[in-house]
Amino acid sequence: MSEHHHKETFVTKYIFSQDHKMISKQFLITGIFMGVIGVFMSMLFRLQIAWPEKSFTIIEAFLGPHQNDGIMNPDMYLALVTIHGTIMVFFVLTAGLSGTFSNLLIPLQIGARDMASGFLNMISYWLFFISSIVMVVSLFVEAGPASAGWTIYPPLSALPQAIPGSGLGMTLWLVSMAIFIASSLIGSLNYIVTIFNLRTKGMKMTRMPLTMWAFFITAIIGVVSFPVLLSAVLLLIFDRSFGTSFYLSDIFISGEVLHYQGGSPVLFEHLFWFLGHPEVYIVLLPALGITSEIIATNSRKPIFGYRAMIGSIMAIAFLSTIVWGHHMFISGMNPFLGSVFTFTTLLIAIPSAVKAFNYVTTLWKGNLQMNPAMLFSIGLVSTFVTGGLTGLVLGDSALDINIHDTYFVVAHFHLVMGVSAILGMFAGIYHWFPKMYGRMMNKTLGYWHFWITLISAYGVFFPMHFIGLAGLPRRYYTNTNFPMFDDVADINVVMTLFAILGGVAQLLFLANFFISIYRGKKAEQNPWRSNTLEWTTPVEHIHGNWPGKIPEVHRWAYDYSKVDDNGDYVHGEDFVLQTVPLKDGEDPS
Amino acid sequence: MLALFYIFIAVAIGVSFWQITRILNFRTSIATDKDNDVQGKLFLGFLAFLYAMMIYCLIFMNVLMLPESASIEGEHDDRLFNITFILIGVVQFLMQFLLFYFSFKYRGKKENKALFYADSHKLEAIWTITPAVVLVVLIGYGLWQWNNIMDLSDAEDPLIIEVYSKQFQWEARYAGDDNALGRGNVNYIKGINTMGVDMTDVNAQDDKQVTEIHLPKGRKVIFKFRSQDVLHSAYMPHFRAQMNCVPGMVTEFGFTPKFTTEEMRVQSEVVEKTAAINKIRKEKGEDPYVFDFILLCNKICGASHYGMQMKIVVEEEEAFKKWISQQPTLAEVIK
Repeated sequence: MSEHHHKETFVTKYIFSQDHKMISKQFLITGIFMGVIGVFMSMLFRLQIAWPEKSFTIIEAFLGPHQNDGIMNPDMYLALVTIHGTIMVFFVLTAGLSGTFSNLLIPLQIGARDMASGFLNMISYWLFFISSIVMVVSLFVEAGPASAGWTIYPPLSALPQAIPGSGLGMTLWLVSMAIFIASSLIGSLNYIVTIFNLRTKGMKMTRMPLTMWAFFITAIIGVVSFPVLLSAVLLLIFDRSFGTSFYLSDIFISGEVLHYQGGSPVLFEHLFWFLGHPEVYIVLLPALGITSEIIATNSRKPIFGYRAMIGSIMAIAFLSTIVWGHHMFISGMNPFLGSVFTFTTLLIAIPSAVKAFNYVTTLWKGNLQMNPAMLFSIGLVSTFVTGGLTGLVLGDSALDINIHDTYFVVAHFHLVMGVSAILGMFAGIYHWFPKMYGRMMNKTLGYWHFWITLISAYGVFFPMHFIGLAGLPRRYYTNTNFPMFDDVADINVVMTLFAILGGVAQLLFLANFFISIYRGKKAEQNPWRSNTLEWTTPVEHIHGNWPGKIPEVHRWAYDYSKVDDNGDYVHGEDFVLQTVPLKDGEDPS
Repeated sequence: MLALFYIFIAVAIGVSFWQITRILNFRTSIATDKDNDVQGKLFLGFLAFLYAMMIYCLIFMNVLMLPESASIEGEHDDRLFNITFILIGVVQFLMQFLLFYFSFKYRGKKENKALFYADSHKLEAIWTITPAVVLVVLIGYGLWQWNNIMDLSDAEDPLIIEVYSKQFQWEARYAGDDNALGRGNVNYIKGINTMGVDMTDVNAQDDKQVTEIHLPKGRKVIFKFRSQDVLHSAYMPHFRAQMNCVPGMVTEFGFTPKFTTEEMRVQSEVVEKTAAINKIRKEKGEDPYVFDFILLCNKICGASHYGMQMKIVVEEEEAFKKWISQQPTLAEVIK
């Protein structure tokens, strides 16, 4: 193909690249950079929680004017939790996870030369880059960054009189998010179009790996729900800057009555959570898709219940768009709505349970290859179950009344979407690193990274449930004003120690990742002996992915350990590439 | 500048790591049978760790929990919570066992063959239908209880109290002898009329503004919540009660206090928790803690969010009547 011979400059190859493989690396590196900021922030505020108002040189070093002699200000505490949440949810787990792996894998696994529109794909990354820059810049404005919580409920987020972070910091937050949403929408549309139109011959929808299904459905949820957040953000910008009253009414602050009349913060909550809840699945489904692929490959077994897995992804996606009200049971909305949302919310337990059971059954009688990616995938299933189960408590409106906005919620969502999605992302990085960089990551460091991460994740978030059940509200700068919470102090110290351990363990990953890019062992073409199409491409990246014709697909992605009547492998090995035609008399699976 | 120092240290560690890898040369990358064996066993070990942690938390953190519900409506919350918690506890122990035990049992060996087992509609039907049936129970009980709490229309002679929130303080207003609150709006805020009560409203005259909430035991209380600036959330954990305070609208929540403050103080769970807290406070040289019901803010509302609280006293009907009769009416206070 002629386009292979185009002369590429440094700029078109590494910066304004339209090649999906390069764009995926750009997403990953940017995501990792943002992740370092987000995780570091969490360690700073964990210090304050464990040792309230104690002086730390590290706080003095990094918080500049927002601390006094190493003690962070209450404003800054709120800013840290706000930006930690924003960065981790959107910049790391949406763009960093979905952006990286959708870009890398969609063309490779469906057999396409690139995304449907390489140009839009490039735009998508650069919008994400700009929004990251704006978000980082907002950390340095004089009054501090946005600090109304990552959910930015007005009026707190609308009135600079209410909290200093709602000044310029909030404006930058909103601008950054608007750009981010544009990036996400462009990316998602590209993924959907690519999967619909560019599948290679024989790659029926029902033969796609589960990663493809997960990314596909994720993109659809994103397209359905992100525009609603954009409208919420735009209306908030109007209220803040142009004097409208969409969310504000009857406000008396700093000694004066403001002019706002007739708006309602509850409207904002509806709009926000119409994205906010699906967002959980935008974060989680790609991780589950990655895990499905890795567990099957490393168990040397087909994923159990392929069709049920697709069905449950679809059911989760559908339900996720009609459950947003469970974040608002006690917001003052009509209690009847609360009943409806309780019903739809608890239904999600069914497809989630199907997925968890199917993973476990896939492990059963497998021949488990304990590569680091496999460990992270097993870890994901564990935290997904632990975190998911407490959803049955929170989703029940009657029970939610008393644990809403306590640390129980924080523990729940960190396990089920935070830790799970991060573990899924690590699994993906360890598994597809050879595809991205043509080299292998070190497995010993990977093992250490996994075990410390898993243990510290449980060490932080498991005891946290009980602090929540003690009634301790989240987002408290310190609970020393309430003697009734004095008995949780020791546990907070233990949790912080685990948090620091877990945070420091990520240095192992960073070292392994960046050093392996340059020094890792050269990868074979198919190191994990996997079935899917990406492992038929050459190790060295080329434009268009396959040197000759795009291969044809003859089977689904999960013919692992397929045996004939004599118990011998049908194709002589325990894996069969999707490109291998069926033998005479071989059952299509 | 200190930040630069920290960043410098991080870079130095990175560079030395880089040098070490030159020696190690990053040889190993794909799991061998030995790795499978070691990691499989570690999973079994992790299962033990997880079980130990879960059991430890369940037993030793029990004392942290809120005591039994102090409202009559909250009894069902406690029961529903216990049912749900036992259920998810069982599933949690079972699922983690299967997951980690399989990870150990089926750790890979060169000579082993995995079983090609792609589907079983029977199994899938079982684990679709079982959760569905269990959910019917949870949803049914949950929705009945939700309705039980939130439906305030059938309350007989409830006590009406307005709880008013602002940065960073709670205020409260009793409806007075007519048990009807006078209109309120931020436009009326002036001087000592801090809650913005419309003093031209006849219902407002006998209203009583207080700084501490007193409740009579056994009588249904309906709270009307207002906020003057940002969102707040009125959280009364001992009563299993919470509702957001939203500027521009009035929200409501109701419950019937079951124990007086005095009765709560001698309840065994409370005694045990108080003793644990006081042991800690004594070591730090702080005054001992005495149990009180409390109203706290549970929606991020600004820098001093963490300080917003109000004391709630539950007492016998007689004592309550005496207390409320001593409070001045708004007509007396605001001229």
